[in-house]
Amino acid sequence: MATATHAHPTAKTYWLIALFLGIVTAIEVTVPYIDALDPIRAVLLILLGSAKFAVVVAVFMHLRYDLKAYRFYFLIGLAGATVVFAVVLASFRAF
Amino acid sequence: MVSEGAVVDHDFEDTGNPIHRVRKTAMWAFLGSEAFFFGAMISTFLLYRNTIGDGPGAEIFNIPFTSASSFVLLMSSLTMVLADNSFQKGDQRQGRVWLIGTALLGTTFLAGQIFEFTEFVHEGLTISTSPFGSSFYMLTGFHGLHVAVGVLLLSMLVFFSLRGRYSPDGGMNVELVALYWHFVDIVWIVIFTVVYLLQI
Repeated sequence: MATATHAHPTAKTYWLIALFLGIVTAIEVTVPYIDALDPIRAVLLILLGSAKFAVVVAVFMHLRYDLKAYRFYFLIGLAGATVVFAVVLASFRAF
Repeated sequence: MVSEGAVVDHDFEDTGNPIHRVRKTAMWAFLGSEAFFFGAMISTFLLYRNTIGDGPGAEIFNIPFTSASSFVLLMSSLTMVLADNSFQKGDQRQGRVWLIGTALLGTTFLAGQIFEFTEFVHEGLTISTSPFGSSFYMLTGFHGLHVAVGVLLLSMLVFFSLRGRYSPDGGMNVELVALYWHFVDIVWIVIFTVVYLLQI
């Protein structure tokens, strides 16, 4: 398996990611107040939130650059949380 | 040799100490279990979001204020990753500045949450008002507790570093605390979207 020799993110990358997160948050806050976006509001907010989530996990938590085993542990937890989420809501017929 | 674009599988901050990898694995497993925990709490909130009884519901949320708090917590992730970056380069002095900045931003977020809770109580939403109130305070309160624990860990790192007792191979290093802090941040990203923005 390959080892090291690829560029780790620099401080500049972290600042750019922070800028991206700030811009996405500003868009998120604006979306609920634009009536024209009402039909796609929920989908749009979930997509924007997911984008922020993914970027923080991949770059700030270094999951993109780190051992694949760590990715596995976290994804297991995330998948489990999604299952718990679905089971609880389905049990109470919230869908 | 690694060609460009090859699959990378190495420890990001390998200190050469095998125990480091064990600790990091344990932290990721812990964060995975925390995802279960918050998944259950968020599901419970969604279940009871419309069960407001005689009390107020999501209309009392102050979105601009919570957005500002969210921005503060997001920026604390930036200062945290910059602290981690500085410690990796061996620049503990600069790293401490970023750690203190992260702790201050975390404290600001907590102060905002206390203010928000106080406002909601004045408007009639307490933990016993309705299932909506109970699930809301339990979810956001437990998240706040995680932030408070994070601030405590950051303060301990600063203290150890100032005393010259910090070591990357130590039981609690900046990278592990950073993972915890970023996790608290991503949980808030989900809470902000699901609990606040999707309810108004």
